[in-house]
Amino acid sequence: MPKDQSVLLEIRDLRIEGYSDEQWIEIIHGIDLTLHRGEVVGLIGESGAGKSTIGLAAMGFTRDGCRISDGTVEFDGMDLTSATQSERRALRGKRIAYVAQSAAASFNPAHKLIDQHTEAPLLHKLMTKAESQADAVELYRRLRLPNPEDIGFRYPHQVSGGQLQRAMTAMAMSCRPDLIIFDEPTTALDVTTQIEVLAAIRDIVEQFNTAALYITHDLAVVAQMCDRIKVFLKGDEVEEAATREMLEHPKEEYTKSLWAVRSFQREQKPRPPEGSTPLVSIRNISAAYGDVKVLNDVSFDIHPGMTVAVVGESGSGKSTTARCITGLLPPTEGEIMFNGTALPPRYQDRTKDQLRQAQMIYQMADTALNPKKTIGEIIGRPLQFYAGLRGADLKKRVDELLDQIELEPSKYYHRLPSELSGGQKQRVGIARSLAAEPSFIICDEVTSALDQLVAEGILRLLDRLQKDLGLAYMFITHDLATVRSIADEVVVMKEGKVVEAGPKDVMFRPPHHPYTDLLLSSVPEMDPDWLTNLLNERGVDNVGEAAAASSGGN
Amino acid sequence: MQGVIALVGKRLLLGLGTLLVVSIIIFGAVELLPGDLAQQILGQSATEETVANLREELGLNDPSYIRYFQWLGGAVQGDFGISLANKRSVAEQLAPRFANTLFLAGYAALIAVPLAIILGVLAALLRNSVFDRVSNALSLVSISSPEFFLGYILIVLLAVQNPVFPAISNVNPDMGLWERLNRTTLPALTMALVVTAYMMRMTRAAIINLLASPYIEMARLKGVPNGRVITRHALPNALAPIINVVALNLAYLITGVVLVEVVFVYPGVGQLLVDSVTKRDFPVVQACCLIFAATFILFNLLADVGAILSNPRLRHPK
Repeated sequence: MPKDQSVLLEIRDLRIEGYSDEQWIEIIHGIDLTLHRGEVVGLIGESGAGKSTIGLAAMGFTRDGCRISDGTVEFDGMDLTSATQSERRALRGKRIAYVAQSAAASFNPAHKLIDQHTEAPLLHKLMTKAESQADAVELYRRLRLPNPEDIGFRYPHQVSGGQLQRAMTAMAMSCRPDLIIFDEPTTALDVTTQIEVLAAIRDIVEQFNTAALYITHDLAVVAQMCDRIKVFLKGDEVEEAATREMLEHPKEEYTKSLWAVRSFQREQKPRPPEGSTPLVSIRNISAAYGDVKVLNDVSFDIHPGMTVAVVGESGSGKSTTARCITGLLPPTEGEIMFNGTALPPRYQDRTKDQLRQAQMIYQMADTALNPKKTIGEIIGRPLQFYAGLRGADLKKRVDELLDQIELEPSKYYHRLPSELSGGQKQRVGIARSLAAEPSFIICDEVTSALDQLVAEGILRLLDRLQKDLGLAYMFITHDLATVRSIADEVVVMKEGKVVEAGPKDVMFRPPHHPYTDLLLSSVPEMDPDWLTNLLNERGVDNVGEAAAASSGGN
Repeated sequence: MQGVIALVGKRLLLGLGTLLVVSIIIFGAVELLPGDLAQQILGQSATEETVANLREELGLNDPSYIRYFQWLGGAVQGDFGISLANKRSVAEQLAPRFANTLFLAGYAALIAVPLAIILGVLAALLRNSVFDRVSNALSLVSISSPEFFLGYILIVLLAVQNPVFPAISNVNPDMGLWERLNRTTLPALTMALVVTAYMMRMTRAAIINLLASPYIEMARLKGVPNGRVITRHALPNALAPIINVVALNLAYLITGVVLVEVVFVYPGVGQLLVDSVTKRDFPVVQACCLIFAATFILFNLLADVGAILSNPRLRHPK
């Protein structure tokens, strides 16, 4: 039977306004979108492009403080912008479903998964409770969730992130909708888990001829999932094309710049000669939170001026290692050597000079900067503390640091963090760590909360600072593309242990440790056939096994 | 579940510890009061000899820590000593009074708690509507008026102008339940008015606080109607703060009744406390304070346990 390919969703000249500073400001400037049955269209763009807002508008929904000011959203012949509240409610969950970015936050913590799953079919009077539960188990099985019979009877906090994301996809399928909106469904997941969820989503969308809007900022992901791609920038459409064509021949400059992001790569530095003293040497450290052991005999060296990337899935102990180095979490065993001398385990016992030498930059610049202090005060604080600078000297040094991070001193000195963009905040975080004049900086996922273009700017800045100041970096990340572009040495961690370590060129060349191999091969590539080939290579069952393995790990 | 039991046990021990500290403070405070107890009992005309004899008899010459432990030892077994005013056992006097206070508090709670939660949920559901604004304003008025003032207003409205309920709540043990309820309606209403407002505002705030959560948005995007979003998706997650405010207000219903009992001449612990203070009947005052403290600590404990139990993460560990 040929699949039905009639038009399902037709958005015409959609304009949406947001309320801020006591007035309505247009944030979506007249968008058109046509979606056929069974078709998957990707909406991509950086944060602030309005992708999520458009996705929700496709359900006739706007968040508090937003309103549709003009245009039509026609779903299967019904205009959702003029439909009544109850008409729209009758569609939601039943014919249009939504899969949110964070399943952990979008499942109600107070109810079991299956009760949340059956809610929509029961409300829309499509099935009895028993039918709907049986169907849920069937969907869990199709999505290759472990223990499909029982998993639904758990509470959200008892299930791992990747499994929750699949359970949410199952929930979206509960009424066999015609359209599903996927809003960054894999952004919060590790690469290994992401593959399972991507494969599951693609399978199920194909099986039921469901149409989908797939919202993401990850180009490689969109290449695997979508038939067509639409690129957005600040509430405007930049261009639209079929996936292959878009990847091969992007027309607009902006799209080309998105595609070009992954090109930054700096030359790998050679290892220093055998026997030279490493700047930081982590020797057989173990650490625990209470009774839970999180680090098990971790050792690696960081040499002056080099970048060591520490990679691994969440929960692998990367950030805990950083906490041990800085003395926030004294290790239970082992020691940290700095320039050949052992550091006291607790930061309280270290000298000011020892503290000064090792600085940190955090993932969330938002929460790492005091919102009540101006940029000048934030950067000035370590200068007062470590160097004892006052008055004009202090101001002069802050200005120099602002220059170094490419923010104009006169413009930014008196601003508050809330007046800065994400990338600018991260730059301030860098300047604050530089203020101490360290020889070693720990960068904990510093680019993972940023858009790719902005992230690249940060990477280039860090690279330049390393050249100018001879800094050594420990670069914690789960993003292997970042590793490829900046690392000299790579340390792979899993479940609190180092599974493999070595120079980057060696690490990226086979043969690998099986876990490194799993990590490397799981990073999505721009090739639209990548996921299909990979699944064929691994065999579908293998994905199921990987799922079971990762569920055991979490 | 084991974790929950351990947690509750820990809280219970902590509560007992607090109670011990409070008992020291109560005993110490009475000890610090000027004047001599024996002198107090015998009056101005007593000779020095009789005062000395009585001091000996009452054990007042012992060091204070010994008397504290004697008092505490008795209190633990329910013996709070002998009233100075009428020489009767304190426990004997206190028991029926405490029962009366509990009755009144229970009555007020039965009115206030369901009313507050229903109103709070409605206010959250209809937020920014006329209903929400009016209930908000009224609850502010009732919170800001002193309870004795509310009591007098109710007396004027419901006992004097429209004689529905009696203005004086003199109950006795032989009274039937119905008669008892009738007589205590006005004080119960007064107290209900005060605590409902707090609980309602907290319920509303706790629910509205959650309405921006992703799982609430998810529920709406599944087509769940508004009422169900509030009652099924928001309320279960707002229980912890609601349980807290309810428990604290229940404790207040028992310990904060002094003024209301005086206004309505109700024979409860509050009345007894006021009388005993004027008569300088310290054993009774000490006993009343200890009971109030114990009530407060107990309800705080209940609030903690309730909040723990309302959290699925603690009820169903990984």
